[in-house]
Amino acid sequence: MFDLDLWREIFQSISKNKLRTLLSGGTVIFAIMLFAILFGLANGLQNTFNEGMGGDAENTIFINSGRTAKAGKGNQVGRRIQFDNALLSTLKDEFKDDIEFITARVNKNVVASYKGEKNNYSLRAVNPDHQFIEKSELVSGRFINQRDLQESTKVIVIGRLVKEDLFKTEKVIGEYIDLNKIQYKVVGVYQDIGDDNEERIIYMPLTTAQRIYGNNDFIDQINLTYNLSMGLDNAIALGTNIESRIKKIFNIEPSDQRAVRLRNRATEANQINQFNSVLTILVLIIGLGTLIAGIVGISNIMIFIVKERTKEIGIRKALGARPSSIQSIILIESVLITSISGYVGLLLGIGILEAYGPSLDKYFITDPSVSTNLVAMATLALIISGFIAAYVPAKRASQIKPIIALRDE
Amino acid sequence: MLDIKNLNKSYKMGDSSLHVLKGIDLFAKSGEMVAIMGSSGSGKSTLLNIIGILDEADSGDYILDGVEIKDLNEKKAANYRNQFLGFVFQSFNLINYKNAMENVALPLYYQGLKRKERQEKAMFHLEKVGLAEWATHLPSELSGGQKQRVAIARALASEPKLLLADEPTGALDTATSHDIMQFLQQLNDEGKTILLVTHEEDIAKMCKRIVRLRDGVIIEDNVIKQVRA
Repeated sequence: MFDLDLWREIFQSISKNKLRTLLSGGTVIFAIMLFAILFGLANGLQNTFNEGMGGDAENTIFINSGRTAKAGKGNQVGRRIQFDNALLSTLKDEFKDDIEFITARVNKNVVASYKGEKNNYSLRAVNPDHQFIEKSELVSGRFINQRDLQESTKVIVIGRLVKEDLFKTEKVIGEYIDLNKIQYKVVGVYQDIGDDNEERIIYMPLTTAQRIYGNNDFIDQINLTYNLSMGLDNAIALGTNIESRIKKIFNIEPSDQRAVRLRNRATEANQINQFNSVLTILVLIIGLGTLIAGIVGISNIMIFIVKERTKEIGIRKALGARPSSIQSIILIESVLITSISGYVGLLLGIGILEAYGPSLDKYFITDPSVSTNLVAMATLALIISGFIAAYVPAKRASQIKPIIALRDE
Repeated sequence: MLDIKNLNKSYKMGDSSLHVLKGIDLFAKSGEMVAIMGSSGSGKSTLLNIIGILDEADSGDYILDGVEIKDLNEKKAANYRNQFLGFVFQSFNLINYKNAMENVALPLYYQGLKRKERQEKAMFHLEKVGLAEWATHLPSELSGGQKQRVAIARALASEPKLLLADEPTGALDTATSHDIMQFLQQLNDEGKTILLVTHEEDIAKMCKRIVRLRDGVIIEDNVIKQVRA
């Protein structure tokens, strides 16, 4: 039911009492503005953390070997654990349902030269899956493939910056580069959005490196990605399972922390998620606090308003105003002031975030913003809080006895 | 019009209670103009408040225009006030942020009249008190006499059966007081029933009947020859 006359009464009362309206509105504007800014900043902080995860695939597990710290199965302490091709295929086989991509890595340093240009680079010998784990984007040519692996071909894929260092011309694919005096054919150029260092790496088939450097089947590191559909908890369990499986293969004491070092992105993601939820809870508590402070402020002012208008209420009652009419005037006035000034506060807060957000990058705050969802929620909360704030004062006003109100000077 | 029998009212003052009205009997016919007189503390204002349904009696009967006024809830009381009664106060009691016309129209708003109708009626009554051209002025821009006229127009707007005036001239100088009284007499001549509380003898003499109160009882109730203002 829309009562135009009631709204006229309310607008008149609001506009004829500007200072009062301004005072009560100001509290809410300030509270909501603070809340919006705070929420935006927390969002920005979360964005920064989420971005820190970027670059590589977020579902990666890295496995390195080290020396044993404990004697296991009669072996000496300090024994060096050496991964090899057999381990790779065992893992590939036993965890094939959970693993998305898997690759070995052999790391070397090489001097690369091409037509007189010479430079030091990291060399990584890998399986074809490596491209998807590292999220390397091919600029031209192709990545290492299965055939390269089987035939141990002397081919390499070079990073964008390697190409820029060594080549003056655009034509790179099919050219031969000299790595430690051995000629390799360039079959591809890649780029990596992660960082520049990742673009100064030369990739080579795993088997090629194993044959040339030591003629063995040694592996320095195993990287794999798990199926994202399994969820964080299962991914963390997967990491633990793989670790204990490797320890069993190499007769390592299960409690040994050094022999196998497994880094699981799922565990990190889990930690960041926990951090985020703590941050969210914190912001919600503070936000709720400011909102309550705003409600108390409005409530206070509404009580004052009722006190100030006691006589007017008495006059209205003497003229035949029903209690419900008095109550709704006070209630709607409060809801109106709260929602409008709350909205202004929200806009101010968002405006400040927009204006100063970009300059906060150096404080680990990226793209601070408030979602539309939150705006809608806040608007609803404001209307409800305006109602709560005025309920007691309005009830009190409606119960004022006209005789007492009229006596009030 | 008005029939009051054995009305009692006492106020609690801490532990003791103050017996303000001690068995009041009062009868008034339609078209009367009654002055209720008494010194302060005699209970005259309390009586007027009970008649005006602003306050409730502890015991006794009160029948207003054939309707028994008893055990009313706030909503009903509001409706009766709106339908039966018009109030004129010593301190005018206009709403200061509403202009003269809006003040007069307020009881009509509570009667549920449409805006246009309210404004027409309000203007009609403002014209009657001779303030039509002051319709858009705020109370603060009016003199005391003008304010009281607006208040009277407001009291008349809902076309009440009974006009209650609590010291209507208490805040006005003699000349203006006579103006107001003249107007009230004129209303009474037109048939309006008026009940007026005052402590001024000459104002009371401008009514048709004087009821004197002392310590909560009626000590005198005389029909007098009206002095025209």
